[in-house]
Amino acid sequence: AVSLPFAVGQCGNQVGCRFWDLALREHAAVNKKGVYDEALSSFFRNVDTRSGGNGPDIYKGKICSLKARALLIDMEEGVVNEILQGPLRDVFDSKQLITDVSGSGNNWAVGHKIYGCQYRENIVEKLRKMAEHCDCLQCFFIIHSMGGGTGSGLGTFVLNLLEEEFPEVYRFVTSVYPSGEDDVITSPYNSVLAMKELNEHADCVLPIENESLFEIVNKINQMINSGKLGSTVKQSLVTSSAGSAKTLQEKPFDAMNNIVANLLLNLTSSARFEGSLNMDLNEISMNLVPFPRLHYLVSSLTPLYTLADVNVPSRRLDQMFSDAFSRDHQLIQADPKHSLYLACALLVRGNVQVSDLRRNIERLKPSLHFVSWNQEGWKTGLCSVPPVGHSHSLLALANNTCVKPTFIELKDRFMKLYKKKAHLHHYLQIDGMEQSCFSEAVSSLSDLIEEYNELDATKGGPRIDPSRLKIAV
Amino acid sequence: MSIVTVQLGQCGNQIGHEVFSALCSDIRGTHGLCSKKENQSYHDSCKERFFCEEESGVPVARAVLVDMEPKVISQTLSMAARSGHWKYNSHSHFCQKQGSGNNWASGYSVHGPRHKEAIMNLVQKEAEKCDRLGGFFTMMSMAGGTGSGLGAFVTQCLRDAFPTSFILNHVIWPYGTGEVIVQNYNSVLTLAHLYQSSDALLVHENDVIHKICAQLMNIKQISFRDVNQVIAHQLGSVFQPTHTAGEGSGYSRNPLGDLMETLVAHPEFKLLGLRNIPQMPENSLAYSSFSWPGLIKHLRQMLIANAKMEEGIDWQVRPPHHGSSIPSTNKPLHFNTSIANLVILRGKDVHGVDLGSFRDPSLYTAWLNPQDAFRAWETPRAFNKYEKSASLVSNSQFLLKPLDSIVAKAWNMFASKAYLHQYTKFGIQEEDFLDCFTTLEQVISSYTNL
Repeated sequence: AVSLPFAVGQCGNQVGCRFWDLALREHAAVNKKGVYDEALSSFFRNVDTRSGGNGPDIYKGKICSLKARALLIDMEEGVVNEILQGPLRDVFDSKQLITDVSGSGNNWAVGHKIYGCQYRENIVEKLRKMAEHCDCLQCFFIIHSMGGGTGSGLGTFVLNLLEEEFPEVYRFVTSVYPSGEDDVITSPYNSVLAMKELNEHADCVLPIENESLFEIVNKINQMINSGKLGSTVKQSLVTSSAGSAKTLQEKPFDAMNNIVANLLLNLTSSARFEGSLNMDLNEISMNLVPFPRLHYLVSSLTPLYTLADVNVPSRRLDQMFSDAFSRDHQLIQADPKHSLYLACALLVRGNVQVSDLRRNIERLKPSLHFVSWNQEGWKTGLCSVPPVGHSHSLLALANNTCVKPTFIELKDRFMKLYKKKAHLHHYLQIDGMEQSCFSEAVSSLSDLIEEYNELDATKGGPRIDPSRLKIAV
Repeated sequence: MSIVTVQLGQCGNQIGHEVFSALCSDIRGTHGLCSKKENQSYHDSCKERFFCEEESGVPVARAVLVDMEPKVISQTLSMAARSGHWKYNSHSHFCQKQGSGNNWASGYSVHGPRHKEAIMNLVQKEAEKCDRLGGFFTMMSMAGGTGSGLGAFVTQCLRDAFPTSFILNHVIWPYGTGEVIVQNYNSVLTLAHLYQSSDALLVHENDVIHKICAQLMNIKQISFRDVNQVIAHQLGSVFQPTHTAGEGSGYSRNPLGDLMETLVAHPEFKLLGLRNIPQMPENSLAYSSFSWPGLIKHLRQMLIANAKMEEGIDWQVRPPHHGSSIPSTNKPLHFNTSIANLVILRGKDVHGVDLGSFRDPSLYTAWLNPQDAFRAWETPRAFNKYEKSASLVSNSQFLLKPLDSIVAKAWNMFASKAYLHQYTKFGIQEEDFLDCFTTLEQVISSYTNL
């Protein structure tokens, strides 16, 4: 089953670039015989390029030329051009790119209304072509940031489009939220306008905050440099491109983008590789979204650095589970342990068995607060193939009320600007934009926050089980 | 008579593979501890039941493999073939690409109707290969989407297409602390539906088998493969050939029929539990020796005290005094009342084992004749390297508490309406849920009032 990623905007494409590189590396490590298999087909097409350019797809047999199944969209050329001139140029062809020159000026309305309208047909056509090449399309991934204009505006336009054209296919969105110190002044507007779209049209959203990625990268660098763990800690393969399929020059955001790329790889690992308890993407949506609007999942990835020694005693394995629930491994600024869980998923990769899973769930459960109607709400997956450079790894996805503060802060920053009507005219002058777009967007966000409030209110309260059906004896 | 197995979903296919593996390894073994004639008879009977011959001489399992995604079936087929000792028919499988997403409604309402023809064609082909069809054995878990939802749909189709055949569903009950968050919904929907079309549900609980692996098999890092192998051993101990009509009667030709006749007297009572002793790591087998009286005593106490394995049995539990009529409320607590029991003995000196303690009327409800409530099958041919092996298939209150627990958790979630939108979008409405809850509360009530 195919997962089709759409990288929209600068951030989206930079993450996307890391993602494709890591995916190639991961499959190369597993696929020793160079045979195009089911696992590869979820992200790559196998194209016969012997007759030059664009040959037919080859569905079985030896790998000829791998082309990523993806759509790269940006309203500026810089990032996409770099990708096309870089080591990954053979992985994409021009039919997968949609670019323009002038950018969106950090304006959601430009991205959503102007470019959306302008490129709609182009996007639909390319999308249909890509879908034709897949025997089974299971889900779409949108990778973007919320704070700018293209990723945020055009990205959410694409989200709408996907729902219209392929309503049955799941829509996962990986959204990078701006921090408080973001240098784009209008990022709160862009983010809140985009949030409304995510509320209404996404099946699952994985919010990411740059601050968290930054702190994680810093901590790892500190640990490596301080020599605290001695020479047993190698340069992390989660955050660096060491050992990549193609050699790349490290750029400042690369380590942070690597984390997000690894998140996506791990998320799809059980759908691609075998294991004793498979977890497909549609299962993630099924189990982690109890009510349609509550589809924001806090993610954490462990381990974040590689240990050189091969024998990993189970104590270290258990540490991996503990870390997944600690504040500093979350990819947003949140603390799930002290908030309320609606649902939790654990996807383990590598030589980890069901007893390891059970032991750790039993161990960690008492310190976590689960909603009354889902006291034992765990979704688990075991994938036999570990990520490159690790013997095992864990991805935790939590539907937890700890996302609430992120949304509240976003709303506050929005209101600060909105009350003064700062920069509003840049948006309102765009065709199709009215004041109501803003009020509806912030209202949608407020409603969402309120739903989390109501759930939080039940935390720690008395547990009253509903009375069972009575049967006449 | 032959049994056609239908393996559904990841769990059904993984366990199915271990079952055929165990059956094959058992008949190939040289540790039968019985006469050559007996061994040959056993061998032939097993082959007839579960395998058919191909030109290559490699036995081919009488099975249809069904899954909504390809990875597990692909693995299962290749693992079997690699063994060199048996395999699956390379055409007897059906799979799709996208899975059922742990969604019972998707399995039942979408995949079921869509793929009914293709799946039933495969089943028909397998059924036609049998000289005499003894019935169907379906294997599934009730926690996910395919085994549970599509499994319920296929069971219904089997019933419609083969109205006079026996259908036994082997159902895996998931770990209590989730494998799947919506597992209790999927379980309620599955059990209620199976109750309509299946003849009996033979249940294994993951938590129980896990404990056996940990405490009796001494496995440190327990994998699903370990769990599945214990389950396969237990199933083999029931379904390998036996003499059901006493010594010298020849191996039973109709195992499913015999089972149903013994255990499922009333359509309201279809839940069967399974116990097998002794259970130990393979390398301990050579050093252990058991006596039949000892094994029988333990098995009986496991029955009446509802013990899940042979360690930690509560020996304090006693059957109530047998009087002319005992109202159920006077029965001592924790006593597991039976409707009917089946004991299967395999191995050395099996003839003449005293099973009188199982015929004690105080073990059973008042409404069945004591003679009809108990049966014993046996064979001197040892099973799977165990010198002596005793199994109990019981229609009793074994599964009452676990069932009640599942229904309670599902009801709790249902009251909050959590996840319902995931089901309604595929056509399973709240009323459908309510119907299933009603069915199961009825089953719970019936078993409680034994």
